[in-house]
Amino acid sequence: TLLNKNVLKTNCLRYNSSFAGPQLKTLCETESQTYKENYSQMKRLVDQLNSTTSYVINGGKSGEKARQRHVSKGKLLVRDRIKYLIDPNSPFLELSQLAALGMYGHDEICSAGVVTGIGTIQGQECMIVANDATVKGGTYYPMTVKKHLRAQEIAMENRLPCIYLVDSGGANLPNQAEVFPDRDHFGRIFFNQANMSAAGIPQISVVMGSCTAGGAYVPAMSDENVIVRRQGTIFLGGPPLVKAATGETVTAENLGGADLHCKISGVTDHYALDDEHALDITRRIVSNLNIVKNPSISRLHSEEPLYAADELYGIVSENLMKTFDVREVISRIVDGSRFDEFKAKYGETIVTGYARLFGYPIGILANNGVLFAEAALKAAHFIELCSKRKIPLVFLQNITGFMVGRDVEAGGIAKHGAKMVTAVASAQVPKFTVVIGGSYGAGNYGMCGRAYSPRFMYMWPNSRISVMGGEQAASVMATVTKEQREREGKPFTSEEEQKIKKPIIEKFEKEGSPYFSTARLWDDGIIDPAQTRNVLGLSLSAALNAPIKDTNFGVFRM
Amino acid sequence: MTLSKILIANRGEIACRIIRTANRLGIKCVSVFSDADSDSLHVKMADEAIYIGKPPAQQSYLVKEKILESAKKTNCQAIHPGYGFLSESYEFSQLCTKNNLIFIGPPWQAIRDMGIKSTSKHIMSAANVPIIEGYHGEDQSEQRLLHEAEKIGYPVMIKAVRGGGGKGMRIAFNQEEFMRQLQSAKTEALKAFNNDEMLIEKFVEKPRHVEVQVFGDQHSNYVYLYERDCSVQRRHQKVIEETPAPGLSEETRRKIGEAAVKAARAVNYVGAGTVEFIMDPNQNFYFMEMNTRLQVEHPITEMVTNTDLVEWQIRVARGERLPLRQEDIPLRGHAFEARIYAEDPNNNFMPGAGKLKYLQPPKVSDKNIRVETGVEEGDEVSVHYDPLIAKLVVWGEDRKSALQKFRYALADYKISGLTTNIPFIISLCDHKEFINGNVHTDFIPMHREELFKTAKQSDIDDELACCALGTILNFESEMTKIHSNSNLVGNMVPNFWTNNKLEKQFNLVFNNESKTNFKINVKYPSSVSNSYEFDINGKNHTIKFLELNKESRSYQCDVNGHRVKLSYSKDSETGLFSLFLNDRLYEFKLDEKKYEKEQSSSHGDGDLNDSVAPMPGVVDKLFVKVGDTVKKGDPLVVMIAMKMEYVIRSNRDGVIKAINCSVGQNVKKSHKLVSLAE
Repeated sequence: TLLNKNVLKTNCLRYNSSFAGPQLKTLCETESQTYKENYSQMKRLVDQLNSTTSYVINGGKSGEKARQRHVSKGKLLVRDRIKYLIDPNSPFLELSQLAALGMYGHDEICSAGVVTGIGTIQGQECMIVANDATVKGGTYYPMTVKKHLRAQEIAMENRLPCIYLVDSGGANLPNQAEVFPDRDHFGRIFFNQANMSAAGIPQISVVMGSCTAGGAYVPAMSDENVIVRRQGTIFLGGPPLVKAATGETVTAENLGGADLHCKISGVTDHYALDDEHALDITRRIVSNLNIVKNPSISRLHSEEPLYAADELYGIVSENLMKTFDVREVISRIVDGSRFDEFKAKYGETIVTGYARLFGYPIGILANNGVLFAEAALKAAHFIELCSKRKIPLVFLQNITGFMVGRDVEAGGIAKHGAKMVTAVASAQVPKFTVVIGGSYGAGNYGMCGRAYSPRFMYMWPNSRISVMGGEQAASVMATVTKEQREREGKPFTSEEEQKIKKPIIEKFEKEGSPYFSTARLWDDGIIDPAQTRNVLGLSLSAALNAPIKDTNFGVFRM
Repeated sequence: MTLSKILIANRGEIACRIIRTANRLGIKCVSVFSDADSDSLHVKMADEAIYIGKPPAQQSYLVKEKILESAKKTNCQAIHPGYGFLSESYEFSQLCTKNNLIFIGPPWQAIRDMGIKSTSKHIMSAANVPIIEGYHGEDQSEQRLLHEAEKIGYPVMIKAVRGGGGKGMRIAFNQEEFMRQLQSAKTEALKAFNNDEMLIEKFVEKPRHVEVQVFGDQHSNYVYLYERDCSVQRRHQKVIEETPAPGLSEETRRKIGEAAVKAARAVNYVGAGTVEFIMDPNQNFYFMEMNTRLQVEHPITEMVTNTDLVEWQIRVARGERLPLRQEDIPLRGHAFEARIYAEDPNNNFMPGAGKLKYLQPPKVSDKNIRVETGVEEGDEVSVHYDPLIAKLVVWGEDRKSALQKFRYALADYKISGLTTNIPFIISLCDHKEFINGNVHTDFIPMHREELFKTAKQSDIDDELACCALGTILNFESEMTKIHSNSNLVGNMVPNFWTNNKLEKQFNLVFNNESKTNFKINVKYPSSVSNSYEFDINGKNHTIKFLELNKESRSYQCDVNGHRVKLSYSKDSETGLFSLFLNDRLYEFKLDEKKYEKEQSSSHGDGDLNDSVAPMPGVVDKLFVKVGDTVKKGDPLVVMIAMKMEYVIRSNRDGVIKAINCSVGQNVKKSHKLVSLAE
């Protein structure tokens, strides 16, 4: 076709140019020593993130061999399948790339053996869950299950059609106890499929390899499915099991190949000659879903921020003790660096205000110090406003916690903090959390940590997450021991104190790392700070596939 | 006498061209149209238009009664016949007169006299206009014709007495060829002119075709508007015309002009006419025929004489005197015309038909360039009519500068969707002998090798491959922008991949003879920029694609700092991209996927078993029936397309399994006509 001269404009957009929030002026000095030090430190962390990700994407130490074997069978590699499946020029918001990192000893279960993420197919944002057969045959380790379920959870919350590119040997047998029996184990996958299908969220499977035993239910419980000839198989018991059970000798293809399932059993709907064919058929299936994304939310033209995104490297230090004005961060994420601040002079340790992200409105809550009662009240107020107005919330988390001490306890910080936590927990607008520094204690709760079900949660490579800082934890433990010794009248040397503190500090150091967090799926991935705008934008866009619900707040303790 | 409304009994560019002048003179125009032309430009441009029937000209544009009726119904005072169709039908001219309609052309007697070649030669001979020997007799028996041919001596030319435009015309070099060509000429003449009388004449080798534009009024005034050289021809049809004829002495110019006026005077000619001569290398000229109409190539004469010949026609028809006297007619500069046809020079100039999927004529920056056309982008070039897409007319101070501008404009003429002769005309313009003005009617056959060599695509280098893939990527991203839901943030973050750079492999195949292919690895930009990294066989290239003009769809592609201008289109049916770059049209696409190849090979048995239509047309004859045994090369079917005959032959020995066509059936290109049993 000829290029259409008339660019189509959908009439669902309401361009009201009235929003021109004040632009933040930066005070950041890119020539200063601090900036340069920060920059090189953060750059190193980002490089480390990229190289780790690249290592994982390439299948780790033994990746090359497994990948070659896979390709030699005429199969596409898992990420090549995704590239082929999504629209030309579509972004792919890959999630939890470093899942399972370092969790299974010598076994490198790269990306937990399953690639998940959001891409556009025929203009529709879809959740893609793709097994990586080059990682232990695509078998389900405990983290594989967790990652698969997390992807389904995202799909459910945001009403994203699910495309399962199945190429898996099923549950990893040595780990069956951690994979099979519990509520959030393997069976939950099919439970979710049935419930999403019931809710009108399309479930589509592409059988590009084995779907054995429980795995057979992924295509079998899908709304529509595709199978690749001489490559995809579906059966409850594979040839070895059949042989053992009945003595019958049968090939995998005859037992559950494309010909059997498309022509005889009817388990599969579409017959594909190869991976590319299967993916082209899948694209056609998606084009027949008849989904209209029409979010009832205002929209302006998108504006790039005034300041370069990579300046974030020079603003935020690797050393979390160093403070910075979080507005400098906001101005490098939001449209036109425009930020309409709410209650700027009250409870100044939390910054709240309105901004736009790729034209869509967001409400931002960002830490600028420790939380006091006033800050908690202001945050609760702001969350109420955004919930009423159906404005999505973005939390930029850098929090050591709520203030402690007699005065603040007497001032009722517990009940004021509780108001903020209640507001966060109850808010039904899409919530997005980025940990840009520390995430400690009840601060994590108030700022929409994982337990508060943000639609998406990301971490910067410099961030830390734990119940409290290692130093503080060690001091608490040392103090407790010291008091005990004093009661017993025994001495407590500083040497002993160090001996108690050191392992605690080390343990917190290790477990507070974003890599430790992301491996366990406490988040949806570590991201390059300079990509925060893009990642948040894509996450917001995905979230807008679901209507924004009314919020009913819990009781605010006055 | 005043003319306020005329009917144009024609279609295509000439109808449009007449409308423009008539409208300028304050005259309303009525067009006529067949089913095939209901959306054509000449209908849209007209003040009124009348439907006259089915696409075949015999059922519409050639039906005199329908034309007359249309003229009466719309209260026209005159009919302009254009060229072709009824323009040289004296019967029609006569009918017009009878019906009190002015026929914008010569009196019917002049048409009749000049239309019958044998009569015209007698008249010319009597008027002292030099002629060529030949047989123009009434005895049309094959024996007599053969006898006359032998008498004149081979090679001879067989010509339809009522013919013109190369139709019903054949050359024979020996007796055997003579009989075959005679038959073929007769068939064609019968179809085209409803008359198969033939004349035979000596065939002059290496002749030039020089014609003179003449004009007469109703007051016995005559002028000539100098000559045109139309020597460069293929299949006896003109490709490039120019004026003045290169190398002609002033004396010859005057002599040939005066001879032409003599010829016109001899038949009491009125209006625009063209007297055609054969000229030998010594500039001796012989009367060939007179075309009693406005010629296709009249614009070049207008360019060098600064006249509007359609205006002259109308003024003469109104009874006015000729606007200029002979001595007042200027001859300034030099003009070329190219006929842009839908045809395939590499396939014996086989006419084509189909949709003009992309059409971007050269920019008409001043009045020295004219693009005469009757089609727009998206229009069909119909199987029913002449496959002329446009005429490109260029004027310059002298032959050299005119040719340079002409060459530039040709290269700027961008058409895709069907094959055109533009690359071929460009290679003609680049030929040394053409540049030197050494033209004659055997020019194309004589220089065949050089002409066709340069018309093909030369080797395709990495830079070109980069432009080609850049084009595909640009197309993809524009399509994304146009078609995707604007609610997607993804459109503003194209090709983003978390902590990863998007890379893709593309297999690019060019549609040239060697099917040159490239494997290119593309690294997509990580930010919103249009700069890509291409890897071709380990060599890295940086590609940037910039839009220059949305309206004309022109772009610039920057390959490693070298920027070239290009434009392109994509055929959605075939996936083929047409890229206009460096004066050339390159066609390419992404290689078919493995599974697509498997799918197409599993139901296309094709090749030798089936005889297919080489082009769209009508089945004229069927020589075989199911069960017949045939040998390789045996004729199976005769098709008529573009008023030309095509014989479809058996690809191998075998037995006819099925016949999938019937006489009179309209078939599409590649339609399976006859299948052989396995």
